[in-house]
Amino acid sequence: MKRISSFRRTRIAGPILVVAALFTIGTAFGVASALPGAQTPMTTGTSTLVSQGKAIFLRGCSSCHGLHAEGGSIAPSLIGVGSAAVDFQVGTGRMPMADMSQQAMQKKPLYNPQETAALAAYVASLAPGPSSVTNESLAYERDGNSALGGQLFRTNCAMCHNFAGQGGALTNGKYAPSLMGVTPKIIYEAMITGPQSMPKFTDATITPQQKLSIIKWLQAANHEQNQGGASLGRVGPVTEGLLGWVLGLGLLIGAAVWLAMKAK
Amino acid sequence: MKPTQKAAGAAANYVDERTGAAKWLKKNLTKVFPDHWSFMLGEIALYSFIILLLTGTFLTFWFDPSQREVIYNGSYLPLNGLHMSAAYDSTLRLSFDVRGGLLMRQIHHWSALIFMSAIVAHLFRVFFTGAFRKPREFNWLIGVGLLTFGIVEGFLGYSLPDDLLSGTGIRIAEAILQAIPVVGSYLSFFAFGGAFPGTAFIPRIFIVHVLLLPGLFLALITIHLMLVWYQKHTQYPGPGRTEKNVVGYPLMPVYMAKAGGFFFVVFGVTAFLGAVASINPIWLVGPYTPGQISAGSQPDWYMGWLDGLVRAAPPLETHAFGHTISWNILIPGLILPGILFTGMALYPFIESWFTGDKREHHLLDRPRNAPNRTALGVTSIVFILITIVNGGNDIIATHFHLTINGIMWFTRVGLFVIPPIAFVVTKRVCLSLQRSDRDLVLHGRETGRLVMMPNGEMLEVHEPLSDAKKWTLTQHQRPEALAAPLPASATVGLKGKLRARMNRAHATQIPAPTLTDLKELGEGHH
Amino acid sequence: MSNQIERFEDPGLPAHVHRNADSDPLAAKRAERQVAILFMLSALGTVLTIAAYIYVKSDKYVYLPIMGSTNLQQILLGLGLTASTLFIGLGAIQWAKKLMPDQEEIAERHEFRSKEVDRDELVAAFKERGGSAGLGRRSLIKRSLGLSLGLVGLSPLVLLRDTGPLPKKFFTTTDWTAGTRLLLDPAGTPIKASDLEVGAVAQVLPELPAGTERTLENTGKDAVLLIRLRPEDFNLDPQKLSWTYQGIIAFSKICTHMGCAVALYEQQTHHLLCPCHQSTFDVTRGAKVIFGPAARPLPQLAITVDADGYLVAVQPFTVPIGPSFWERNSSNG
Repeated sequence: MKRISSFRRTRIAGPILVVAALFTIGTAFGVASALPGAQTPMTTGTSTLVSQGKAIFLRGCSSCHGLHAEGGSIAPSLIGVGSAAVDFQVGTGRMPMADMSQQAMQKKPLYNPQETAALAAYVASLAPGPSSVTNESLAYERDGNSALGGQLFRTNCAMCHNFAGQGGALTNGKYAPSLMGVTPKIIYEAMITGPQSMPKFTDATITPQQKLSIIKWLQAANHEQNQGGASLGRVGPVTEGLLGWVLGLGLLIGAAVWLAMKAK
Repeated sequence: MKPTQKAAGAAANYVDERTGAAKWLKKNLTKVFPDHWSFMLGEIALYSFIILLLTGTFLTFWFDPSQREVIYNGSYLPLNGLHMSAAYDSTLRLSFDVRGGLLMRQIHHWSALIFMSAIVAHLFRVFFTGAFRKPREFNWLIGVGLLTFGIVEGFLGYSLPDDLLSGTGIRIAEAILQAIPVVGSYLSFFAFGGAFPGTAFIPRIFIVHVLLLPGLFLALITIHLMLVWYQKHTQYPGPGRTEKNVVGYPLMPVYMAKAGGFFFVVFGVTAFLGAVASINPIWLVGPYTPGQISAGSQPDWYMGWLDGLVRAAPPLETHAFGHTISWNILIPGLILPGILFTGMALYPFIESWFTGDKREHHLLDRPRNAPNRTALGVTSIVFILITIVNGGNDIIATHFHLTINGIMWFTRVGLFVIPPIAFVVTKRVCLSLQRSDRDLVLHGRETGRLVMMPNGEMLEVHEPLSDAKKWTLTQHQRPEALAAPLPASATVGLKGKLRARMNRAHATQIPAPTLTDLKELGEGHH
Repeated sequence: MSNQIERFEDPGLPAHVHRNADSDPLAAKRAERQVAILFMLSALGTVLTIAAYIYVKSDKYVYLPIMGSTNLQQILLGLGLTASTLFIGLGAIQWAKKLMPDQEEIAERHEFRSKEVDRDELVAAFKERGGSAGLGRRSLIKRSLGLSLGLVGLSPLVLLRDTGPLPKKFFTTTDWTAGTRLLLDPAGTPIKASDLEVGAVAQVLPELPAGTERTLENTGKDAVLLIRLRPEDFNLDPQKLSWTYQGIIAFSKICTHMGCAVALYEQQTHHLLCPCHQSTFDVTRGAKVIFGPAARPLPQLAITVDADGYLVAVQPFTVPIGPSFWERNSSNG
């Protein structure tokens, strides 16, 4: 079994190497624009961007991901992860990691959008992979259907991110983050790259248009007005029970104490 | 005579000539009720029940208890066009297309939570003050019954809207049914009218939720209140309060105004919660389908302990002779709750068995003066609290940066370790409080004022307690207050030894100071 | 006297402390005003409720601190109802506290136990009347009555039999058979191996025979999760490994503990977590339970591809899916 899989790996690895060698930044751009609504930031001086990115990579990333992004004992290979993964990880500040904790946390990005784009261009130049997108390129308002999106969300996302996208617990301290306030492009890139614990949702299993539906539903959930008063975090009965005891019974016991107190 | 008085007199005459109610009413209008905030906890539960009946009736005008599949086209757009059950569809409609419908739904749900927490708080009050003792054992049993049915009733209500969360809850209830040895799969099929989820379950639990159980509640609450009325309320110890009397305010007019007014306060507070805090926003949760699930799926709090127990259970199953027994479901889901509730129901009889105390009690214990009972109560509460924490471990984990595995292990170990510690600590705290009462009676209250004696010594002035206070702190001191010495014949055998052991444990207390102690102390000083 | 222990005496009910309103007519007048104001606030609350019901549109929202953007009609109706009820209550209680007599009264209790003579008479009457009915003598009647009373409860139980059909093979079968295509949930389209990259998942349901409508009962048994791993990540016995296809492995999504949908897949650790009771399954080892209350691994569905390249089931599940039940034969897993 091992031999078969390693054989297969070499068979796949061959073309990948060839492709990696052949693919210029221009063809990478072509692949990127073939994906729905995708655009790459590389409009001018792409090769400069790649070399800029490589410089940043060698300075800031290579100690973990290896000099040629081939990965190491503590960090995965970045060959073939595409510019979308870089845009997601670096653009949300998850990479570079602050410490080797269970999970890379979202924080203030270390690199500015220019540097992030350069890094993305460099990683995309290594091998083809999912390309980053922009908020403007995702016409979710036009192409999405929020009812369908809600159904897809509940089938594919709610088990980790909670029914209202508030996030939830995973094993051993890992967690699925809240999706509130997350921009459409970051959600899109997360779905196509499967960052960290999150699995990938390929365009074959959830079509680009269905992804836009999910985003449309999430944007609606983001702006969901409170129909019945304070939302209590939208995490279900735990906060409700707490409020019932503390505020509900608390106020009533307060009233009972007042009732039984002798008047002056 | 004013015309209104005349009319009232005529009406009273009319009724009395047909019922002879005047005598009864005359006696009961002056019935005395002791005043204490903790006596209102049961009333909160009672009034919540009335609110539940009122709001629940309102909801039934629009709710369609059917699992027939429909396509939603109401005013909540993010669900438009989806397939769902008529139950879910009608709940959405009564929330969004009926003015005040959502408010009523929220008041109903908040009221259910308050109903259950008031029952539990009332139970604590009755337990810790020993109000369950003779002659009130029947009312204790009825109370345990009301708590049990309340949990079931709440769960059914939570299940009715057929949203993703409630469907998940029903799925788990089905798994518990299915796990019952020998008949489980049959019971499941009978309950659901076939395969889960089917189309029979929601109509069936609807009628149980709106007719059968409320009827049972009405009957039990009526008996509960009639017994309170007939046996007269217990009272806290204090000057002038004895086992033979009851001191308080008369029904007419004080208690009518207070209790009647309190109903409106309970309604107002519940309505306030319904107005300002969202509860069970089913439109966000989505319709139920067995293939979907949300992170952080929990039951309401009164089931949370059960869920926490089930989560903490070890992965035990017996596979033998072609049959499977799921201990991982049966133990936390049925056996342990069964033991807990049976033990709770029988506690008054168990306590009177080992204390040998068959007297009537109308004066309540201060919890510190019955250290063993208080410790047992705190132990149970701590046990349940740990399970409730585990029932919400995913929410706690994400909000306090803990791990679900860590909380689970804490629970698994803590359930065995922490309650016994709580027992010992509580008992010691009670005894310390008794000691401090003793000091207070013998030495008076510290005033914080310092005086310098002629010899230069600094002393804090202690102010002696009032006679009323002294009496309140020492009245429980009767030779056999907590447990009567058992006759030798009653302590033979294993059962007898256990009884003797519990008797001794229960009798532990610090001797309350007497006037003699105080006098001796006084003589020593001078 | 010297050996006699003297106890503290009950000083009796303390003297009544008068309230301000008892002696000061001004204070009484003030209390009366307070009560009246509270009742008036309740009336205002009712007016607010009615006004909100009639004049406020249900699609109006208002921004409130803490609560955020909130439905105006809901909050006004709610606060109106709150005021209209709460203030009646507060007014009535204030009235009782300030103005109604607050002298504590004493009522005597009576022992519940009946007088000895009444009890004796009852026992005698019971014996006599019971005896006249022959309760002690006629043992045939007693026994047959016992039997009939014991059995009478059976009829309602029997009548409940038709609440549902018998389960028959329901718990041991699903809609997966040899060659059933895997359809994406909820899209309903078939899926190819190449559609899944390493680290990707898909929620699938079986293709049902033409003309069969999919019900929730089907979904409750049939839901399957597809996961693609690197083939070398598997640590399976040869048979289970042969049930995978190019690193794609399929598990029943119905938890073996209590039937929740297990679908929290962590693609780095290859753990599957059930959100209900946190049973954790290791995908690389055939969904073996590594944490939590579940006692059995998730059943694995053998998959391959058909002539058109679509993923299909090789055979039905070899073990019953979902939670345990008495008739479940667990000898083969």
